[in-house]
Amino acid sequence: MESSQLGIQIAYVVAAALFIFGLKLLGSAGTARRGNTLSAIGMLIAIVAALTDQGIVDYRFILGGFVIGGLIGATASRLVQMTAMPEMVALFNGFGGMASLLVGAAAISGAVGTFTLITVVLSILIGGVTFTGSLIAYGKLSETIGSGAVTFKGQQIVNSLIVIGIVASAIMFCLTPSDPVWLYTVIGLSLLFGIMLVIPIGGADMPVVISLLNSYSGLAACAAGFAVNNNILIVAGSLVGASGIILTQIMCKAMNRSLSNVLFSGFTAVSDETVEIEGEVKPISVEDAFYVLEAATNVAIIPGYGMAVAQAQHVVKELCELLEENGCEVNFGIHPVAGRMPGHMNVLLAEADVPYDQLLEMDEINPRMETVDVAIVIGANDVVNPAAREVASSPIYGMPVINVDSARTVFVLKRSMASGFAGIENPLFFKENTRMLFGDAKETIGGLIREFS
Amino acid sequence: MEAVFLTFILMLSIFVGFELINKVPATLHTPLMSGANAISGITVVGAISLAGTGQQDLANWMGAGAVALASINVIGGYMVTDRMLAMFKKRGG
Repeated sequence: MESSQLGIQIAYVVAAALFIFGLKLLGSAGTARRGNTLSAIGMLIAIVAALTDQGIVDYRFILGGFVIGGLIGATASRLVQMTAMPEMVALFNGFGGMASLLVGAAAISGAVGTFTLITVVLSILIGGVTFTGSLIAYGKLSETIGSGAVTFKGQQIVNSLIVIGIVASAIMFCLTPSDPVWLYTVIGLSLLFGIMLVIPIGGADMPVVISLLNSYSGLAACAAGFAVNNNILIVAGSLVGASGIILTQIMCKAMNRSLSNVLFSGFTAVSDETVEIEGEVKPISVEDAFYVLEAATNVAIIPGYGMAVAQAQHVVKELCELLEENGCEVNFGIHPVAGRMPGHMNVLLAEADVPYDQLLEMDEINPRMETVDVAIVIGANDVVNPAAREVASSPIYGMPVINVDSARTVFVLKRSMASGFAGIENPLFFKENTRMLFGDAKETIGGLIREFS
Repeated sequence: MEAVFLTFILMLSIFVGFELINKVPATLHTPLMSGANAISGITVVGAISLAGTGQQDLANWMGAGAVALASINVIGGYMVTDRMLAMFKKRGG
């Protein structure tokens, strides 16, 4: 190995160490920012090292790519609203996938041996699926296309045919790499398969999908690493792959569903038998709600995506401060699938200056629920639905939920009586200790704040 | 042998990845994902050599496209993650 090549390899080792150490620091909120910086330094070292490669004779294309990509990335990261983070991550997953597809395809001319050809096909395949899958996920999350599940008769058969087509053309490509037809077939079918994979998945399952696509974008980078024989791509790609898979598992567990169930069945199999719900909905005025809150010593706030839609996180923080001044303990209970991506609620509340040690996970808040005077549900529905515990025929039966109904009183802030994202009835609204605060969440909480001051 | 060597690296990094990510608290899952976006932009390293061949053929253009897309992830991913993590504060801090 010549000395310049050795230098590059050593730089990659340093970069890999920095990535790993950066992820380790992400294990605690106090050190996470430093971890991200370390990871970025690792990336910088890897890029500078790659630029010193002697095979590079023309820097114009590289520079052009950097400038365009860098500008877009920097602008997007400055302008994106925290409510729109799921869309942004979905889109970035897609870009990562497409980059790996391009690297795989461009590496064909230099590819020797069947093993390398197989990895080329894999990077194209995973990259292509990630790209179009992420675009569809982006469309569903930003609601530029309908967020519902798209299913049709014979979908499984069509998908099976696509898979067979991909495998067959991939084999043909590895046998006759000089014939571009098979390459184009693999690319085309992978792109199609990405679309087919995500369209049957409904909006409520999006946290699972973007976690999974996150993982794919890492695996695609990994495969591209094999294709161009580069170990830093393999290390970094597999770290991302592992991260995505773990998040996918957490999301699936939080919905009590298997991954295959999320991917292939959607919520389409909802039984027609309507659940018999007893009791009646009891609305409460803002004024009466205030008297209850004023007397409370322990309040738990359970936010859902509706809080983000109403942009209510800042007034929630204000209410939280007023309650604390009144000598009341306030905690937030965050369900793993609240919001549209893992950890989404936490970021929105952090943006509103809610300290992170006030944000409790479901397993921490549930045992305390019986000592809570008032549980305020803001824009959440399915994650507090007691039907998940009580109604065996409910599509979400068995899903772990935040047991707000064990609190002394439950306030549900809701626009109207429409059912949640998953379209499931919620018996919580009819419980004895539940009071409904109808209207826009931001205005309702604003009203409570005025009562306090 | 090369293939075996690379697969070895793959296996070890996956194990390290699982160990590390399992320790990330749920509070930080969104920054974790956007940070992972940034790391998956590592493809830029593979794309650089393909974009710098000076051939000006299709592969060269594809390399340049990959550099652009991966840089979006790298720059955008790290910057937005930093922006988010800066917002996480402790009580009274």
